[in-house]
Amino acid sequence: MNNSFIQINNISKHFVDVKAVDDVSFEIKEGEFFSLLGPSGCGKTTLLRLLAGFEYPTSGNLLIDGTDITALPPDKRPTNMVFQNYAIFPHLNVEKNIKFGLRKLGLSNDEIDKRVKDILTLVKLKGYEERFSNQLSGGQRQRVALARALVRQPKVLLLDEPLGALDKKLRDEMQLELRTLQKNIGITFIFVTHDQQEAISMSDRVAVMNDGKIQQLSAPNELYKNPENIFVSDFIGETNFLKAETNSSDGEFINVSIEELGEFKIKNNLNIPANSSDVVCTVRPESMMIDKEKSDWDICLDAKICQTSYLGEMTRFYVEAKGIDKIITVSSQYFNNQSFDNNECFISISLEDISILNKKKPVL
Amino acid sequence: MIGFWRKIYAKHDNVKAYSLLSPALILIILAMVVPMALMLSFSMFTQVSMMEIDYTFTFQRYIDFFQKSLLVTLLIKSIKISFLVTLITLITAYPVCYYIAFYVKKNKMLWLVLLTLPFWTSYLLRVFSWKIILGTKGVINSSLINAGILSEPLTFLMYSETAVVITLTHAWAAFALLPLYVSLEKIDFSLIEAGRDLGLSRLEVFWKITFPLSLPGVIGAILIIFIPTVGDYVTPALLGGIDGRMLSNMIQAYFGKINNIPMGAASATIMLTTVVLITIIVSNVTKKLTQRLT
Repeated sequence: MNNSFIQINNISKHFVDVKAVDDVSFEIKEGEFFSLLGPSGCGKTTLLRLLAGFEYPTSGNLLIDGTDITALPPDKRPTNMVFQNYAIFPHLNVEKNIKFGLRKLGLSNDEIDKRVKDILTLVKLKGYEERFSNQLSGGQRQRVALARALVRQPKVLLLDEPLGALDKKLRDEMQLELRTLQKNIGITFIFVTHDQQEAISMSDRVAVMNDGKIQQLSAPNELYKNPENIFVSDFIGETNFLKAETNSSDGEFINVSIEELGEFKIKNNLNIPANSSDVVCTVRPESMMIDKEKSDWDICLDAKICQTSYLGEMTRFYVEAKGIDKIITVSSQYFNNQSFDNNECFISISLEDISILNKKKPVL
Repeated sequence: MIGFWRKIYAKHDNVKAYSLLSPALILIILAMVVPMALMLSFSMFTQVSMMEIDYTFTFQRYIDFFQKSLLVTLLIKSIKISFLVTLITLITAYPVCYYIAFYVKKNKMLWLVLLTLPFWTSYLLRVFSWKIILGTKGVINSSLINAGILSEPLTFLMYSETAVVITLTHAWAAFALLPLYVSLEKIDFSLIEAGRDLGLSRLEVFWKITFPLSLPGVIGAILIIFIPTVGDYVTPALLGGIDGRMLSNMIQAYFGKINNIPMGAASATIMLTTVVLITIIVSNVTKKLTQRLT
């Protein structure tokens, strides 16, 4: 497998007054399911459009499979795109939509028919050949768009929030299907989304973007467990931020004063400097425990429940804890607030669940 | 009384619909259906003398029309001139609309208003101004002569078919802009990007995606220009001379100077039928051609 199948070298794209993509460099492996994740306006779609050839970079270059494609027009690139609104040609039926991209490949008629048949089977659209876009459901349109792009057998498939327009149930199904499909055909997928759950559940690796820069590029579980900066920590899942200051450091561990709670020894994965107030501690809602009784965990706080919301698979508690001036969110599977007298409770935190981050975010 | 109508309205939806339609319906009946019926019936009478019409039904006027080669020639010329006008207008207006629809980001309305600005003046004024531009001592000829390029003025510019085509094209261009613009504006730009993404060049994308999708606007523009220009008689009368005369001028003469109302009515009916047939054929052929294209 080629580890630098796609090379993005110092790519910047500046529009009149915005730096949509700002000096970004990374590599994507062959056959990888790669996601670009970020809030709207973070530059993820611009980066995808740069790869497709709809925009040209202000500086930097792009290589796919060793070929420099920076200056190539879209029709000369080994990429195909699934558009956010699917962009299915309304004047052509499903079959003609899918055949559309094959006419320039110089294939024989038999080969064209075979490819169309195969791809229709793959995306489960057999029997829909004669239908037009307005006679299809959202999910079917999405499959047509996918088939139309895949039938050309591109080296890279670019997907621009293709699941955004589907309802939740269908979206979950399509996530699984897309993932299976990608593993079966082995084409490199670059998937743009603002939905962190989508990116985390489907991808081999995820690049989190904000302000035109990559904030973190890692495997989904790393992204969740070891966010490298405040933005990622806040964007992926939910987090409680605790005010903190660092004191002395002894290499692997660092002494941190957290709000009024005292001083603790915390693992220092990110080389946070000693004696700094530019730091913050984070703890995930589900890593804390909420209970009626005091526990013997590293930190156990006297607290009061302000509000609860029942989410089905778990309940979310919003609590005021002694010594912490912000409302803390705790998720728990077992309780609702009827179990507590006068909403009084204890929340327990284990030190290994506390991470320490720089406030100023270091960026790739 | 109000209560009575309210009850009727509540019970009968069609009463409501008809009463909403009635002003338009009455207008159409009085201004379109009645005159058309009159024209049709007059085309089957005979003008006996200056003031006298024989009201027995006959199709002789229609036979007369096709026996007079002048009338048939004028009909063909009318169609030819309108066809040229339509074609030139389309070719010139389409790129302009394409540009506004896809490349102008702000103030699209302003562009359209500016383009149609000349058309806010009277049609007659515009026809006369072309007289000033195209005449023997007009802007074009005198500047060419003064520049020493010509010694004699170009005569084909004025009182000719060319003059009629130029003037009509300019006069009707604004009406082509709007349907073309609307149909192009509706096209989702990602369809064009998708075409490029699927391996087609810009030109191929135009013929296989953009043009077919703008077809309703193209057909609309064809109808809007072709139908009124076939029947135009002001421009040919003022600028056409003998060479640029159209069938409509002849029809006008039948109702006026020549005073043969049945013959004029028959000619008008024939022209109307021809125009309807041609528009049906043109829109169908355009659709078929586009289907073959894609």
